[in-house]
Amino acid sequence: MRRLINQRPGRGAALLLAMLPFILVLCVYLYHSHARLAENPGDKLLPAPQTIAATVHRFAFEEDERSGDYLWWTDTWASLERLFTALAISALIGLVLGVAIGVLPYLRATISPFVAALSLIPPLAILPILFIAVGLGELAKVILIIIGVAPVIVRDLAMRSAELPNEQIIKAQTLGASTWQLVVRVVLPQLWPRLIDALRLTLGSAWLFLIAAEAIASTEGLGYRIFLVRRYLAMDVILPYVAWITLLAFTMDWLLKTLRAKAFAWAGAN
Amino acid sequence: MGGCQLTQVTVKHLWKEFGKQVVLENVNLQVGDHEFVTIVGASGCGKTTFLKMLLGVESPSRGQFLIDGQTLPSEPGPDRGIVFQRYSLFPHLTVLENLLLGLELHGAPLLGRLFGARRRAALAKAHPLLEAVGLASAANKYPAQLSGGMQQRLSIAQSVICEPKILLLDEPFGALDPGITADMHTLILKLWNMHKMTIFMVTHDLKESFDLGTRLLVFDKVRTDPQSPEAFGATITFNIPLKGHRDPG
Repeated sequence: MRRLINQRPGRGAALLLAMLPFILVLCVYLYHSHARLAENPGDKLLPAPQTIAATVHRFAFEEDERSGDYLWWTDTWASLERLFTALAISALIGLVLGVAIGVLPYLRATISPFVAALSLIPPLAILPILFIAVGLGELAKVILIIIGVAPVIVRDLAMRSAELPNEQIIKAQTLGASTWQLVVRVVLPQLWPRLIDALRLTLGSAWLFLIAAEAIASTEGLGYRIFLVRRYLAMDVILPYVAWITLLAFTMDWLLKTLRAKAFAWAGAN
Repeated sequence: MGGCQLTQVTVKHLWKEFGKQVVLENVNLQVGDHEFVTIVGASGCGKTTFLKMLLGVESPSRGQFLIDGQTLPSEPGPDRGIVFQRYSLFPHLTVLENLLLGLELHGAPLLGRLFGARRRAALAKAHPLLEAVGLASAANKYPAQLSGGMQQRLSIAQSVICEPKILLLDEPFGALDPGITADMHTLILKLWNMHKMTIFMVTHDLKESFDLGTRLLVFDKVRTDPQSPEAFGATITFNIPLKGHRDPG
């Protein structure tokens, strides 16, 4: 008998094992949903699968009576637009400041402690300030995500660029590189895959800040909908929305991972 | 003899101290054009510090360090190439791109990339060198896919393509299998004679230093104080002219 650490599942078995927890959770849900509904057909806490399916159909494929929108898709689009805008701006800030801090000692001395302090402010604590300063519109929500995510990316990329072996930096100079050339030919190209890693890691908190901002002040969006229907205990809406958000986040993570592997083969798997 | 420019390296009464610790004391040296200077000495006796000063990443505490009568710049530059023991290749560039980098940086200040006819001219210069270091068949591989010996050959070629006046080698073959060092020696001598530069090589291998050099420098401490070992630094205790492998003519 080989040691447990040396026993590995095959491809098929691995897939099956990966699905096992999902199936298990689903079974537990179905069992308890059935039991509660048998006792009280009006129970709203664990709606039956067909109720959820009907709700999803109503939200995704039927016009809303009041607004005439397909709520599922308008909510999704509104949320994704905020998320992508914020992530794109954060990535840009992260790259520019991260590289600058990592490469230029004077900027490092000036900005690095400030960014470190900034990144420790709980973003939700300054949400009121944002609402007061820029109003309740889209801007406040996007800024909240940026405040939550950008400092982390900046610090990560600054550390990554400072981690580049000194030999490389010196070698580039002996090949005649100016500071600018060093950035565009040596540092930046090696940071792209790091940026993708940083985005993947901050995706979770980006969603957190998005939902928080939408819950407090919004008229559409996935987080808004969840918190709206909470008043009616509408678990048949909340549950599929949560599953949908999870699926969206998972897909984004997978896309980033695939992009990294395809576009930056030299960087290996880590 | 020699290339178009004659390179003279002059060191006068050079001292290097880190705080209270004296690393080098009163180093004097005169090196002529197209010499192959090999540097040996015990660990921690300042030979790497000496090389770093030549490179421009350390500056002398006292004394003069002159190239062609000019004070050495206090940062690395294209007139002094370097090959480290490791990590001096760019992992995100292929072998060919690594080799082209110096030419591209030289020719394109803004983008650091060459296009069209100028790129073809750079390629025409790179390919013979790629052949010379035996990496033509690996042109499109990344450094991580190369063996240690191939990486060092590429690193040397990468420096040589910029035609530095001085090439600095910091234990370049120290991490390689003994079997391939002979090939590396042949290669470095070939490039040295082709490009007529001055080479400074730090090595641990005494035989290597005699085989390759036209001049052997031994760094050692002349005085030691057992109570405070940091009080005295090392200096050049032997400066031995060797026959070397200079091409006739």
